[in-house]
Amino acid sequence: MNRSRSRLLGVPYIIWVIGFTVIPIFFIITKAITDSNGSLTISNLTAIFDQLHRKALIMSVELAFISTVLCIILSYPVALILRSSHIRRKNIILFILILPMWMNFILRILAMQMIISNNGIINHVLKLMGMEPLKLINTPGAIILGMVYDYLPYMLLPVLNSILSIPEDIIEAAKDLGSDRMHVLTRIILPLSLGGVGSGVTMVLIPSMTEFVIANILGGGKIQLLGNIIEQEFTVSMNWNLGSGLSVTLMAFVLITSFIFGRHKEETAAGLAL
Amino acid sequence: MTGKTLGKIYIALILLFLYAPIAVLIVLSFNASRSRVVWGGFTLQWYTSLVENSSIMGALWTTFGLAFASALISSVIGLLGAIGIYSMRRRGYQIMLFATNIPMINADIVTGIALLLWFVRFLPLGFTSVLLAHVTFNLPYVILCILPKLRDMDIYQYEAALDLGAGELYAFIRILMPQILPGVLSGFLMAITMSMDDFVITYFTKGAGVNTLSTLIYGEIRKGIKPEMYALSTVLFFIVLLLLILVNLPYDRLFGKIDTTRRDL
Amino acid sequence: MAKELIRFENITKTFDGSSVLKDLNLSIHENEFVTLLGPSGCGKTTTLRILGGFESPDSGRVIFDGEDITHLPPNKRKLNTVFQKYALFTHMSVADNIAFGLKIKGQDKDLIRERVSYCLKLVGLEGYEDRAPASLSGGQQQRIAIARAIAGEPKVLLLDEPLGALDLKLRQGMQYELIRLKEELGITFVYVTHDQEEALTMSDTVVVMNQGIIQQIGTPEDIYNEPQNAFVADFIGESNLLDGIMIRDCLVSVGGLEMPCVDTGFGENNPVDVVIRPEDVELDAGGSGQTRGTVASIVFKGVHWEIRVESEIGITFLVQTTEHYPVGSTVGISVDPYNIQIMHKPSREDEQVFDQNEVPQGETYES
Repeated sequence: MNRSRSRLLGVPYIIWVIGFTVIPIFFIITKAITDSNGSLTISNLTAIFDQLHRKALIMSVELAFISTVLCIILSYPVALILRSSHIRRKNIILFILILPMWMNFILRILAMQMIISNNGIINHVLKLMGMEPLKLINTPGAIILGMVYDYLPYMLLPVLNSILSIPEDIIEAAKDLGSDRMHVLTRIILPLSLGGVGSGVTMVLIPSMTEFVIANILGGGKIQLLGNIIEQEFTVSMNWNLGSGLSVTLMAFVLITSFIFGRHKEETAAGLAL
Repeated sequence: MTGKTLGKIYIALILLFLYAPIAVLIVLSFNASRSRVVWGGFTLQWYTSLVENSSIMGALWTTFGLAFASALISSVIGLLGAIGIYSMRRRGYQIMLFATNIPMINADIVTGIALLLWFVRFLPLGFTSVLLAHVTFNLPYVILCILPKLRDMDIYQYEAALDLGAGELYAFIRILMPQILPGVLSGFLMAITMSMDDFVITYFTKGAGVNTLSTLIYGEIRKGIKPEMYALSTVLFFIVLLLLILVNLPYDRLFGKIDTTRRDL
Repeated sequence: MAKELIRFENITKTFDGSSVLKDLNLSIHENEFVTLLGPSGCGKTTTLRILGGFESPDSGRVIFDGEDITHLPPNKRKLNTVFQKYALFTHMSVADNIAFGLKIKGQDKDLIRERVSYCLKLVGLEGYEDRAPASLSGGQQQRIAIARAIAGEPKVLLLDEPLGALDLKLRQGMQYELIRLKEELGITFVYVTHDQEEALTMSDTVVVMNQGIIQQIGTPEDIYNEPQNAFVADFIGESNLLDGIMIRDCLVSVGGLEMPCVDTGFGENNPVDVVIRPEDVELDAGGSGQTRGTVASIVFKGVHWEIRVESEIGITFLVQTTEHYPVGSTVGISVDPYNIQIMHKPSREDEQVFDQNEVPQGETYES
């Protein structure tokens, strides 16, 4: 098969990439470094350091970080338990765990809202039991809950994949040489699962850092994450330059983070296709 | 209580966590009372009024149309692109792989805004702009589903076909395509799902007149949730479930065309 | 001699800067079973692939039945290939695999079915039409690959180390199968292998290659009994490869010992390589012979004992014999003049003994 001929087949895609990935980035950067009159400025880029924006950035990172860690903590035991269990048809359990990922995410957040809102299901049950209603919604906790609920399957999948695919004979060899269960966990399973955890982190941390939908629905609009501020610049304040500047800063932040955690999206994408 | 039982309880709890909200939606879709917490009896009225609600149904068709069209377009461009990338030399290959990853690494909000800024220059925002945006974020998934299949391809089967007299195109279609096909199909399905699930990018590139389910619901949330939404959620859930089951069936065993079950030693 | 069917003229091929074939010239005749034999990287698979049409030579021509086919694509050549890893179409049934080429030629459906059935019978797998290739064992897949290749009645069959993945008994069985097939079908076989035993068992002609150069062409007996250089002597079978000085025709000196032999034309007092096969070294328990030595080690190999004898002339002989000699005993050593083979000293690197640890660059696929 002629290599140079098949290389030509890629041309439409290359054109698409240039037209719809590269050029738009160029435009957002241009918008970011100009002001409403078109003259060059870096005020949009330095805007991230203003008090308001800084607060939002820190809040976004904090909430995202906590959510990611929670996802890891929740997923890991699932993987370990499934691994050591004798459940046949682990595929089916995997399938059921991953299924919510494919459901529309707005609907899922909606459902969560119904459960934790002030006259939602949890509070209703508490009232029935004669207890005080809890203020669950419109708190940072609600946002974390929403993010964990939304992104847990994205962490589950790669973590499960990596832990379930550790060959049994490696573990047997470790035991043969004297490892006890804790030792096997920390010295064998943990290191081998880091790849999966890394994939999961990229799939959870970055979307949750740049979130605004969950913050709006479950945070009642009172909690401002960076994503919210950017969105408002485009829909309410109409300050597109500032919005672009903040976005570009965010983009840089995201790119750096993803380089730190490695780009394992390839395996995850293939894994997502079940 | 043994460790094993504790383990099973833990998994059950996680499953409960994941599915409880969905279950609530499904139950409420049949609730005659509009209340979230009071059961007013079984009814299908929300399903009928769902179908009669023109804005919801409009958004539904838009969503499906977008999903299918963008999946189709991105599958075609993506297949050709994957073959092209696969045939590249090291340098080009690495550059294209990086470029392919960009939409996936980049936050949705940044991609959406970037596309918006570019589109407003020459395109009225509407169905077309959203379609283009959807194709753009679907392409990486399609390509990343097909590339591994290309890498695992047995090129000797292709040579054997040529050796036996097949023309190059015939050999490609009959021998290589079947090996790549699972990747193409899973890419297509991923594209449909990503498209149906998307909110942020659609939000920024749709303009005023177009709505997908996600954007419609988001808009309605401020006004309060109509029970038709519950019915909608239930329907969507079962569609997705059905789709996923269909995808994962073991087809060759079912159709028994070739006898894969007997194993010789 | 049978008619010449295939001719390689001055074939040269380079991969990534390293030379794989250097000015190769080779003639293959009708109904011949020709084996290209040599270590990994010697160019044998490249030669086969050039013949099959999957590689183009940098220079030179390939003539098939009088026609220049050098640039003819593989689907137009009247030869078929049995691939090393079988390359069966895994998404098609066995019958569809075998019928593949026939369908392309547009043959009648009933004729095709008959032909498929005949080919399966020929390889001993009657009734396997509807099986999936993946469900078959290695040996069976091998035979399907052969059935597929012969279905179209090609004039020549190319086989690229087809028996490599099979276990010993199966491999030996298949070797006889292949010979039988060749006789029954009356077609030319071009076979590639690095296993010299295989080459000796099946071939009419063996072509020994090293580093892209043909070292020797001959019948299995010729190659075995009269190797032309150190490489061939060492690669084929076991041998005692010794330094010698040709004193004059029919007399060679090895380690100072003068031994009569039957070779001529090596001049006077010239350094030569001497080859003596282990089974040709005669030992005498009484100690009489051309020289004497002490048994250093003896290993039972089933078919024979393998003995190392340290001789008085400073040479350790490898001996194969069915008799047992205790370690430490003194034995007489003799060699019949007819069994001493004289060879020119290597003038190039490729003529030298093959060093396992220095596999040359060149072939990029399994070979």
